Amino acid sequence: MISPLLSVSNLHVGFGRDLVKTEIVKGVSFDLSAGETLAIVGESGSGKSVTALSINRLVDFGGGRITAGSIMLSRADGTTVDIATAKEPVLEKIRGGEIGMIFQEPMTSLNPVLSIGRQIAESFRLHRGLTGRQAEAAAKDALDRVRIPDAARRLKYTPNQLSGGMLQRVMIASALACNPRLLIADEPTTALDVTVQAQIMALLAELKRETGMGMIFITHDIGLVAGSADKVMVMQAGEAVEQGPLDDILDRPQHAYTKHLLSAVPHFQSGRAARADFARQQKQMAALKVEGLTVRFPVSGSIFSRSPGSVHAVENIGFDLMPGETLAIVGESGSGKSTTARAILGLVKPIRGDFSTPGTNAATRTDPGVQMVFQNPYASLNPRLRIDSILAEPVIAAGEPVTAKTRERMAMLLKRVGLPEDSLERYPHQFSGGQRQRLCIARALMLNPKILVLDEAVSALDVSVQARVLELLIDLQKEYGLAYLFVSHDMAVVERIAHRIAVVYAGQIVEIGDAASVLSNPQHSYTKRLISAVPTIDRRQQHFEIDTRQIPSLVRPAGYEPPQADWRGFGGDHRARVEA
Amino acid sequence: MAFLRAIFSHPSGRIGGTIVLVYLVIALLGVFGVTPHNPLQQFRIDRLHGPSMKYLMGTDLFGRDVASRLMTAIGQSFLVAFASVAIASIFGTILGLTAAWFGRLWDGLVMRIMDVLLAFPAILLALLIIAIAGPGSFTSIAAIAIVYTPIFTRVVRGPALSIKGREFVDAARTFGSSRRYILTRHLLLNLVAPLTVQVTLALAWSLLTEAGLSFLGLGTQPPAASLGLMLADSRNMMETAPWLLIFPAVAIMISILGFNLLGDALRDIFDPKTRSRPA
Amino acid sequence: MTYLAKRLLTFPLVMLGVSILVFVAIRMVPGDAITAMLGTEAGLLTPAQRQALAAYFGIDQPILVQYGHWLLGVFKGDLGISVIHGKPVLGIILERFPLTLELALLSMMIAILVGLPAGIFAATRTEKLSDLGVRIIAMIGQSTPNFVTGLLLIYALSAGFGILPTMGEFTPLTVDPLKNLGQMILPAITLGFAFAASVARISRSAMLDVLSEDYVRTARSRGAPKRWVIWRHALPNALIPVVTISGVEFGYLLGGAVLVEQIFALPGLGRLVLEAILQRDYALVQGCVLFIAFNFMVVNLLVDLAYVALDPRIRLGEGS
Repeated sequence: MISPLLSVSNLHVGFGRDLVKTEIVKGVSFDLSAGETLAIVGESGSGKSVTALSINRLVDFGGGRITAGSIMLSRADGTTVDIATAKEPVLEKIRGGEIGMIFQEPMTSLNPVLSIGRQIAESFRLHRGLTGRQAEAAAKDALDRVRIPDAARRLKYTPNQLSGGMLQRVMIASALACNPRLLIADEPTTALDVTVQAQIMALLAELKRETGMGMIFITHDIGLVAGSADKVMVMQAGEAVEQGPLDDILDRPQHAYTKHLLSAVPHFQSGRAARADFARQQKQMAALKVEGLTVRFPVSGSIFSRSPGSVHAVENIGFDLMPGETLAIVGESGSGKSTTARAILGLVKPIRGDFSTPGTNAATRTDPGVQMVFQNPYASLNPRLRIDSILAEPVIAAGEPVTAKTRERMAMLLKRVGLPEDSLERYPHQFSGGQRQRLCIARALMLNPKILVLDEAVSALDVSVQARVLELLIDLQKEYGLAYLFVSHDMAVVERIAHRIAVVYAGQIVEIGDAASVLSNPQHSYTKRLISAVPTIDRRQQHFEIDTRQIPSLVRPAGYEPPQADWRGFGGDHRARVEA
Repeated sequence: MAFLRAIFSHPSGRIGGTIVLVYLVIALLGVFGVTPHNPLQQFRIDRLHGPSMKYLMGTDLFGRDVASRLMTAIGQSFLVAFASVAIASIFGTILGLTAAWFGRLWDGLVMRIMDVLLAFPAILLALLIIAIAGPGSFTSIAAIAIVYTPIFTRVVRGPALSIKGREFVDAARTFGSSRRYILTRHLLLNLVAPLTVQVTLALAWSLLTEAGLSFLGLGTQPPAASLGLMLADSRNMMETAPWLLIFPAVAIMISILGFNLLGDALRDIFDPKTRSRPA
Repeated sequence: MTYLAKRLLTFPLVMLGVSILVFVAIRMVPGDAITAMLGTEAGLLTPAQRQALAAYFGIDQPILVQYGHWLLGVFKGDLGISVIHGKPVLGIILERFPLTLELALLSMMIAILVGLPAGIFAATRTEKLSDLGVRIIAMIGQSTPNFVTGLLLIYALSAGFGILPTMGEFTPLTVDPLKNLGQMILPAITLGFAFAASVARISRSAMLDVLSEDYVRTARSRGAPKRWVIWRHALPNALIPVVTISGVEFGYLLGGAVLVEQIFALPGLGRLVLEAILQRDYALVQGCVLFIAFNFMVVNLLVDLAYVALDPRIRLGEGS
């Protein structure tokens, strides 16, 4: 048997002063051969990222220390080195030269004041001794290699001129510049849209085939690696609870936590997991009816030129929502899905469109029957207010007195959303992300609303927390007959909670209908593209197509009105926009 | 209490906090006239007496006790500093908060006026105001307050704008919370941290400015004692009576140092970034 | 471009505000202008003489007209006549300005040459003794008023070495550079100490912030050694706040260091303003303040230009 490219055994990593007490990685071992992909799967705090950062000893710079174990890397010249004990000059040769790394946030992982060309060329300068024109030419080749069109011109761009997906390609180009034998990818697609994610995954798979490098892929999404990994290691609380070949882990999980990750956590199942617990009745009054909702933001021109027009963020969106029903609005960033939600709550002003709920107060344009839960649980609770004040706010805003009855309701709701009774006297920072989202839900329920608008309400949560909050939402919906407007980019989550789905693209609804029907039988080309980009456990070793299409600009000249849309029905209430 | 404990467990907070507390005690004693000698009494036989058991910091040209004068001077300087910073922080907070909240024309107007005030070096603006109102303690207070109002306005407006965009303010709007409720409970409450830091640092600057003004003879008027005046008086005698220079100089340095250290510590304590975090 | 355009547009607006403020402020000085100008001799004037004088200085007209005249003059480079010097204001200012400029430049040189390396050095060895040393000295520097530093320096030199800094007639740089530098070195060190302290503090904290950024980690993942990371990645980003602080401080120094000029008996802009204010020389005060504010705004504009050069996010607009 050939010796593996990388062999990690009994790795322990600690942080800060007391390295034992703050141990983050507790005895992890694995092997990786050339050309192989190992996926390390875990939730936040599992130690997966620290494990990755230990392999090229970047962990040193974050205050971490390898306290025990070895990381044997076989180098290009045939020798073997123990990275755990190697000295800094050796490590500098290995980093970039033999181990490349890409990170989660491409936006912050590139130096904002340097051109991307210079940053890619840096690898060549450091490891190949190239300078000037040679380094620039090498950087251009590297950009070509990650399929960035017009590479020569783009070398001079600075990071703020490129989209997240493009920047992640630049990161890949720079990490692979010197043909490292190992690439570490730390959640490289988490910050990206799902269609962009599919492209990055496809690119990584192709480059791996071309170069025969080994790859370690860190992710929280076990579905994502089903398409690309050879081996999987599942981590929980600093330990590798299970590892083995991909199929063994996915089909015959042994450890309870792996089973939990595979069953309890939402995975996309092409509509098979869609809810079937609601049917519309004839002649029922809609809880919310939206017609022709249009939101445009003026683009401020410079002083010397006229405004080039306005951003058509939301264009003529209409739908209705029945009591007890969940309508999911899905789309990628910039599609206008959040703007739609915010317009319904009166946070942005639509330029036209009607939306009516039975309880709308014409004077304030607010309706206590419509409440919203926001995406970021860390930003949606005022850190300086106690929980009882936070829960009292909607009551005070509605002009009602805060009485003993109000406090009773607070306690009841807290209990209902699964929080301890003494929560009222605490402050937000004493709660975890999932708990805070439960607090937000409790706050939204204080006035006994008919409709909850949930704007990416579970997106910031860990996957298993996500699952539990979704369950809570479904229970609450049944108990109180709530209607949900569920805005999300995550198809797996949407599948679990939606009765109906509206797909928005570039500010417009392109397809709407029954959840199972839309997800299993998408009609519009964008919906098809979106759904095929969603990773699933079912598709193993799948080949993604590289597609460099970009979302069209939403800036339109002043006075522009889009043409009327034609719709085609596909049975039931499933309709899609007719494409030109 | 938890807050005091946080200050005193921070290394520079401990030093700065102690200095400030000691000075506050001295200033109070000075203001209420609890000094070893009468600061105005002239002991004619003991003129230019070096530091001794009777006169801890010596006496000046008129035979007045330097230690007693220093205590009243510190009291005087602290009065001016606290009064001016109180005024500047109140006006600055109101202006910055409303500029951030209402935006548009009001924001533009307020910030341009602040730009105009900031286009003058601090001491020059203070001089101009004193030229108008005549020298004296009250003018010093007004002058320093006007000089530092723009700084408070900026310090409040920036964070207020960012808090205004936070989701909890959006949430409050969806409930239909009143403007007053949002401005006080959501914005102002979250501005307490940056304001506390700024107040501490502004106290250091205003002590510095007050000393400068009275050094030029434009602040506190003799025979009342002030740090700047004492330093100005020491200039021609620094070789024969260095204690006249050294004690006020060190007193002023340490007082400003105390507030600066405390301000730094507060910034660290309030800043989530500097708290230890796992990688 | 919009960023710079905006800055350029606010420039005249703020200058206009400054001119109004100065003009109005001066007219709020108690007592009438003629008495202020002539002192006790004003009592000897007949009402007719008084009126003639008022007409001569144009102060018998409505304030708006006066302001208009003055503003018109300003555009023509005519800032009026100083009463105490009996010369055109602009001429007097330009006579004093070279000293102030030289002093400001020398102080900034000291600040950058000492403060910046000290700050960077401290940032690269946080929590070590050398870092602590830099931080303590910088803290003391920031907490010592300039005039106290100056007084203590003078005292230390005279008590320790028996040297009394030459207080004699000021020698311009163009006349005798060596003698000039001899006179300027102490005031420059005095001002440079506090300036260097703030540069050191800001460069240390900016450097520390930048060193914890993701892109520094990326550079390290490419195998960049410590020095490379510091010089090529961290410094260009850390310089941005350093440029701001240095610009603001330099701008203020161009307004004249009133106290330090006073202590070292230097005939700079600061003392000119002080004298003008104390002697109620309206035209001179107005001229000086306008000139100082103008300089300050020009320096701020230069700082903005430096931003644009240093930071492409500003140059190209965020999120384009």
